[in-house]
Amino acid sequence: MSEKLISKIPEGPLSEKWTKHKSQIRVVSPANKRKLEVIVVGTGLGGASAAASLGELGYNVKVFCISDSPRRAHSIAAQGGINAAKNYPNDNDSVYRLFYDTIKGGDYRSREGNVYRLAEVSNSIIDQCVAQGVPFAREYGGLLDNRSFGGAQVSRTFYARGQTGQQLLLGAYAALNRQIEKGSVKSFVRHEMLDVVLINGEAKGIIARNLVTGEIERHGAHAVVIATGGYGNVFFLSTNAMNSNGSAAFQCYRKGAFFSNPCFAQIHPTCIPVHGEQQSKLTLMSESLRNDGRIWVPKKKEDVEKIRAKKLKASQIAEEDRDYYLERRYPAFGNLVPRDVASRAAKERCDAGFGVNDTGLAVFLDFKSAIDRLGKHVIEERYGNLFQMYEKITDVNPYNEPMMIYPAIHYTMGGLWVDYNLMTTVPGLYAIGEANFSDHGGNRLGASALMQGLADGYFILPYTIGDFLANKIQVPKTDINNPAFAEAEKAIKERVAKLFEIKGKQPVDYFHKELGHIMWNFVGMARNEEGLKKAVKEIKVLREEFYKNLFVPGENSEFNQELEKALRVSDFLEMGELMALDALMRRESCGGHFREEMQTEDGETLRDDENYMYVSTWEYMGEDKEPVKHKEPLKYEFVKTATRNYKD
Amino acid sequence: MDFTLKVWRQKSAKDKGKFETYIVKNISPDTSFLEMMDILNDQLIREGCDPVMVEKGCKSNGPVAFDHDCREGICGMCSLYINGRAHGPDDDITTCQLHMRHFKDGDTITIEPWRSAGMPVIKDLVVDRGALDKILQAGGYVSVNTGGVPDANSIPIPRDFAEESMDAAACVGCGACIATCKNGSAMLFVAARVSSLALLPQGKIEGARRAKAMVAKMDELGFGACTNTRACELECPKSISVAHIARLNREFLLAKLKD
Repeated sequence: MSEKLISKIPEGPLSEKWTKHKSQIRVVSPANKRKLEVIVVGTGLGGASAAASLGELGYNVKVFCISDSPRRAHSIAAQGGINAAKNYPNDNDSVYRLFYDTIKGGDYRSREGNVYRLAEVSNSIIDQCVAQGVPFAREYGGLLDNRSFGGAQVSRTFYARGQTGQQLLLGAYAALNRQIEKGSVKSFVRHEMLDVVLINGEAKGIIARNLVTGEIERHGAHAVVIATGGYGNVFFLSTNAMNSNGSAAFQCYRKGAFFSNPCFAQIHPTCIPVHGEQQSKLTLMSESLRNDGRIWVPKKKEDVEKIRAKKLKASQIAEEDRDYYLERRYPAFGNLVPRDVASRAAKERCDAGFGVNDTGLAVFLDFKSAIDRLGKHVIEERYGNLFQMYEKITDVNPYNEPMMIYPAIHYTMGGLWVDYNLMTTVPGLYAIGEANFSDHGGNRLGASALMQGLADGYFILPYTIGDFLANKIQVPKTDINNPAFAEAEKAIKERVAKLFEIKGKQPVDYFHKELGHIMWNFVGMARNEEGLKKAVKEIKVLREEFYKNLFVPGENSEFNQELEKALRVSDFLEMGELMALDALMRRESCGGHFREEMQTEDGETLRDDENYMYVSTWEYMGEDKEPVKHKEPLKYEFVKTATRNYKD
Repeated sequence: MDFTLKVWRQKSAKDKGKFETYIVKNISPDTSFLEMMDILNDQLIREGCDPVMVEKGCKSNGPVAFDHDCREGICGMCSLYINGRAHGPDDDITTCQLHMRHFKDGDTITIEPWRSAGMPVIKDLVVDRGALDKILQAGGYVSVNTGGVPDANSIPIPRDFAEESMDAAACVGCGACIATCKNGSAMLFVAARVSSLALLPQGKIEGARRAKAMVAKMDELGFGACTNTRACELECPKSISVAHIARLNREFLLAKLKD
C-alpha cells in the first residue's frame, strides 16, 4: 500500500465516526475565511452545492462550468429520485439499513465509514431541498411521498415526477445564484479546466480555456475542488450528456492524483435501444419505471421471430407465453434487483436469442399489469413525462405497447481516490460526487448518485476542507505569475497546437466512435482476459492513428467545438486503456464488473474476497508508461460480507 | 431521406451573418434533428480537410456551431429556430427531441439561432443566454443557507399547490419563449420561477421582493414587455402556462402596492 493511501477513517463505532471526526477537525474563523480562495470545477449537484455552501460560509469561491449556465450540468437529467433514510413510510427503514443496502449493492467494494456517513447525512439533504422550495411529490395530506428503487425492500426514494435531478439541481443552482449575487462566488461559464496547477506539490489553481474566445486563462486559489462527474462517455454511446467528459479528473491523475477502480462502470438496464449507426447518444428510461413496469421476453423463439418481423405485437402474446425473467430468477426483489443484475439478465436473454427488436438487443418493459391495477391516469401521473419522452423518440405509445429497453453505460463508480475528507492524494485537491470513487463500490444503487453529490457538496466538503484551509490562513493569495502556472499554460498551448498540426483526414467523432466500439465490445457488460488484452492493444493502435490522422478545423482563438471534443477524446483514449488494465487486473466478478471466467453456475458474479477485497488505485508514471497499481485494503468491521442474494 | 438545409452562419457576435445552403442525404427517419446536424458537420469537416474539394472551390466555413448537451430534453441547452418555429415543428419538445420523421423527404429546412436583443449570437446557431442567469441571480431563490433547516415534513404543502409549483418548475431555461415573442419578452421565464416559489410556503416569505427584483432585472437587461400574445406558451417545450404570468403580475402589483 502506498503511504499516500491513508483513508483517515476515524476509529470507533460506525455511528460515531462522523460526529467524532467533525469535532476533531479544525475550523476557520469568519475573518480568515474571507482571505481564502477556493476553486470549484463543475456545477452539477456536487459542484453547485459545494460552491454555494462555501460561499455562504464566507470563502471566496470561483466556480467553473463548460456550459452556458450552471443549470445545464448533467445532474439535471437524473429522473427517478433521491434516497434518504427518513422512514416516513414507516417501513422500518433506518440509517443503518440505507448504509447496509448501499454496501451490499456495491458488492462490498466500498468503504464502510464513507457509506455510513452518506446514509447519515441523507436526511439533512431532503430537509435542505424542501427548505429551498424543491417541489417534491406529495401525498394528499401534504406530506412527502416515497417510492421504491432497485436494491432496496423499503420505499425511501423522494422524487419530483421524473425530473428529480432537475429539481434538485435547480435548488442548488438557486443557492449558487444567491451567492453569485452577493459576490461571494464568481461564476465562469463556458470555461473548461484543462489542467490543475501544483506548487510545491499542492494544488494551487487551474488552467482553463474560455470556450468563447479560446483564451487560455490562469486561476489561482488555496484549494481546488473537482466536481466534474464521471467518464462514461469513453464508450461514446452512453446516457451521459454529449459534453460530459472525464478530462478534468484525468488531468489531476496526470499531475499525481491517484485514480481508483477505473473499471467500475455502471450499465443501466432500462435505456432506449440503439437504432442505428447515426445515433449520437442513448436515452435513459428511469429506474423508477421498474416500480410498476414488468420486464419480460417471449418464452417461445417463434414469437420472437414474429415480433422482429413485425407480424405480431407484444400485447398479443398470452400471459403464459411470457418469461418475466427477473421475477423468475430473483423472486425476493423481482423487477427491483440492482442495476448490474438486471442488465446482465437482459443480456443473458438476448444472447440466448430472445431479444425482441430487429437488432436482437432489446427486452420489454411492460406497464399493462399496472395500468389494469391502478388505471391509466395513475401511471400517467407517475411517469407521464417519461412516457412522452419514449414516444417522441421511438414513435411507439407505451400506454398501448410495452417499451423496448436495453442496458447502456450510465455512470462510473470509479474516480479520483479520496480520503475521508474527500481530498485526493494531492494536498489541496478535492474530488466530490461522481468524480470520486468512494461510496458506491462495484455498483451504485438507483437514486444514490443525487444523494452522494449533495451529501458531498452541502454537508461533507464544507466541513472537511476547513481542516486543510485552517493551515492556510497565513498563506497569501496564489500568484498566477508563479513559474508553475507559466509552465502549465505553455504545456496546454502546445497540446492544443499539436492537435491542429496533425491535419489528417478524420473528424474527432470518428475516433470517439471507434473507441466506443472497442470499449463496449471488450470492456462492457461482460469482460474476459483475451478481450481485455485485445482492447488494450487496439486502443493503443487507435491512439496512434488519432495523432496521425485527426483533423481539427478552425483555430484556437474562436468558439471551436471540434477542438473541445478533440481535447476530451485525446484523454478518453488514455482513460479507456486504464479501464481495460484495471479490468484485466481484477480477476473476479463484482458489481458492474463481470469477468466471464469468474461466475457461478447460474451466471451470477463470483467475487474473490480473499484476493481482491481492495480499492485498486493507479498512479500515473508518464506518457506511454504503464501506470503503477497500489492497493487500499477494505476492512469490513461492521457488516459481514456475503454473496449478494436477491433471490430470497 | 434527403434534405436541403439553409443554415445561419455567423463567425462571431461582431460579424455579419448570412444563410448558407447545404444538402444532406440518406438520413434515416429515426435520426434525431441534432444527429442530422452531426451528419452535416461530419460532411463539412471532411470537405474542409479534403484538398481536392478545396481545389474545386469548396469554401467550407467549417462545421456549424450549435448548442446541445443532454439530448433528452431536459438540460435546455439546444436552441434552434427551425422553419420559423422555436424547437421546430413538433409540440412540447426541445430541439433534441425532434426526429426527422416529422419532415418530408426532399424538404428544405431553414435553421436559425434564437433571435432576441437579450440573447446575442456567439457563433452560428449559438447564442449567449447569460441574461437568464442574471435574472435568476436577482432573486430566483429562497434565502436559506445550508443547514439549520426544519424537518422536511414539518412544512406540509397541499398536493395541488406542490403539483402546480412543479408545473412551473419544469422550465428548462432554454429561452424559446423569448425567441418566439415578438417583443422579446422574458415574462414566461420569469413567471415560471416566481410562480413556482410563490405557490410554496417556503417561497412566500420573500415573494414581494423576488417579483420586484426579477422584473426589474429583466427590464434592465433589455427584454421587451409582455403584450399577452401567448406565443411563449405555445412554443414552450414544457407547456408552461401563461397562468403563471398572471400570478407574476399579481405578485408584482401587490408588492408595488405595499411600497
